[in-house]
Amino acid sequence: MAVNKLNPQGDEVQEIREEARRWETTTLQQFLAKKGERKTEFKTLSGLDRGRLYGPADVANLNYMEDLGYPGEYPYTRGVYPTMYRGQIWTHRQIAGFGTGEDTNERFRFLLAQGQTGLSVDFDFPTLVGYDSDHPRSEGEVGKVGVAIDSLPDMEALFAGIPLDQISTSMTINFPAPILYAMYLALADKRGIAWDKLAGTIQFDLLKEYIGQKSFVFPPRPSMKLIRDVFAFASKHTPRWNFINVSGYHTREAGSTAVQELAFTLGAGVHYVEEGIRAGLDVDQFAPRVSFFFNSQIDFFEEVAKFRAARRLWARLMKERFGAKKPESMRMRFHTQTAGASCTARQPLNNIIRTTIEAMAAVLGGTQSLHCNGYDEALSIPTEHAMQIALRTQQIIAEESGMGDIIDPLGGSYYIEHLTNQMEQEAMRYIEEIDQRGGYIQCIEDNYFQQEVADAAYAFQRSKESGDLIVVGVNKHTIEEELTMEIMTADPESARKQTERTKRLKETRDNLRVNQLLSDIKRAATSEENIVPIILDAVKAHATEGDIIQALKEVYGEYQEKPIF
Amino acid sequence: MLRPIKVLIAKPGLDGHDRGAKVVSRALRDAGMEVIYTGLFQTPDEVVEAALQEDVDVLGLSILSGAHMTLIPRIMDLLKENKAEDILLVPGGTIVQKEEINELLAKGVPVVFGPDTPLEQIVTFIKENAKIA
Repeated sequence: MAVNKLNPQGDEVQEIREEARRWETTTLQQFLAKKGERKTEFKTLSGLDRGRLYGPADVANLNYMEDLGYPGEYPYTRGVYPTMYRGQIWTHRQIAGFGTGEDTNERFRFLLAQGQTGLSVDFDFPTLVGYDSDHPRSEGEVGKVGVAIDSLPDMEALFAGIPLDQISTSMTINFPAPILYAMYLALADKRGIAWDKLAGTIQFDLLKEYIGQKSFVFPPRPSMKLIRDVFAFASKHTPRWNFINVSGYHTREAGSTAVQELAFTLGAGVHYVEEGIRAGLDVDQFAPRVSFFFNSQIDFFEEVAKFRAARRLWARLMKERFGAKKPESMRMRFHTQTAGASCTARQPLNNIIRTTIEAMAAVLGGTQSLHCNGYDEALSIPTEHAMQIALRTQQIIAEESGMGDIIDPLGGSYYIEHLTNQMEQEAMRYIEEIDQRGGYIQCIEDNYFQQEVADAAYAFQRSKESGDLIVVGVNKHTIEEELTMEIMTADPESARKQTERTKRLKETRDNLRVNQLLSDIKRAATSEENIVPIILDAVKAHATEGDIIQALKEVYGEYQEKPIF
Repeated sequence: MLRPIKVLIAKPGLDGHDRGAKVVSRALRDAGMEVIYTGLFQTPDEVVEAALQEDVDVLGLSILSGAHMTLIPRIMDLLKENKAEDILLVPGGTIVQKEEINELLAKGVPVVFGPDTPLEQIVTFIKENAKIA
């Protein structure tokens, strides 16, 4: 055996392949003859074939400088910053939201006191789809699974006593995102904080709403005007604001595979970059503020490979497809949340372990910020205790385990590199498919993504039912159990207070001015004029989120989904 | 031979979680039932109207928004008003609190399927309890 290098080249690869065959036909076969393996087929959570062993021959096609390179340099496979967590630990960003602004503010303060380093807001369903708390359709839903925000005073309550210029805030909001962003700016104005000091993120990933999370409001085509206006306004006025957070999280939660999550998210990213260019912006002017959000599921290696592949693929798309020149335009920064769908209602404390594995994958995959789910995720919004343990999970990984001391420690693993490659290639095939099908919006209108995800979700459930896919405590290692856990519920009094407050606001504000601004919004909705400054004036005049969404619905219409399953 | 059981799977309220509703719809169809899925954002009136119009035997409700204690009783009232109480009501989703489940059962909801319920259990329940005329 002549080859003893870790990375053989040319003829040496052939020699390694022959050695692998020799091992398979001798040592391995002799062993298998005595004792077989646990299964005839090993697969990843997403259904990719999982080989027995990976070696130099499986990564022989990789070119170190082209495919991996160095952290902080193209193609960013090994990380987006030269020092990664040696310089700064990822942001501990536990999401919170329930009841009124006051209720959630209390939770924010608790999390900050526990060592959280960034804020993240979860809104209730009425806020997500643009109904005020006093709308008949909001009944029973106000403040239930997120905070109810209707107007600027609600926003003031939400951030009371929190220094907006010292902490970054992420908001999980999509169609109403321009309104919530405007409220944040209005709040900064009230407190005399310059906009260039504001750091944060609005999700504002409208396209994925038709695939996952499903808080869609308007049809996709007219909605892109909002994307263009926010991109243009925010890249000029709020240089530290991520004005879009292209999200795979919800698509994965809706049942997609890891490859679909990767492909549909980067595919949407491609569409948004095209919209930015359509808005007359130079790609390097806005691409650095495009950020991402992924899920971290329980298949550890698959997730690590997905994160690494995401960075490399995005860098290549930005450089090759869009001709980006600035390194910041090619550098994918992302937030990660552990998988809600992996959490079980049975033996719920087991979710702490699942979350830990998923959080480790995110960290070893190079995430910029992280939310760990509470152990009660399958049951309700989290209790304070569940969130404390979730935050401690991050802190133990960050401060005890040593995992953050070395950059991309799994890089160079034959399996991880092979899988990273496979993920990238399969995602790229989907992106080509999207192009061939007439682009991202066409695919949404044709229910292409929706059907792909529904098929994957059903296959996943089927393999769970058949026992091929083991979920501890659910289809294996089960116990007789009754739910004895304390569950978080929002105080019903909060919903009543919130509804009253919004009603009163509508009676006491200058309605003449509000109506004027709403008709200005309608006019700007289809004109060349940027709509963001008018929305800003409107929220300052106490127009509500529901008012503004209603005005826009009158222009854009409402999206009607063709239900499929 | 009996005709297939006809099921409407509905998503009442503003909740966008449709994974469960779709997976259950498909499982029921694979089990030989005729399944109609409403899609998202249905008001209780729309749900009951669709159930009546389609003349279904079973009305499945998928709710993961926490609004179940508002939505389910309202749908039950509407079924009663329309003399459609023979439709088998099958709610599912994140309905997990013992007191709430007991309250719903006391109101006459025949069953509540919480998280981690196997599809087979739902199929069996419907086959055993749907009244097909």
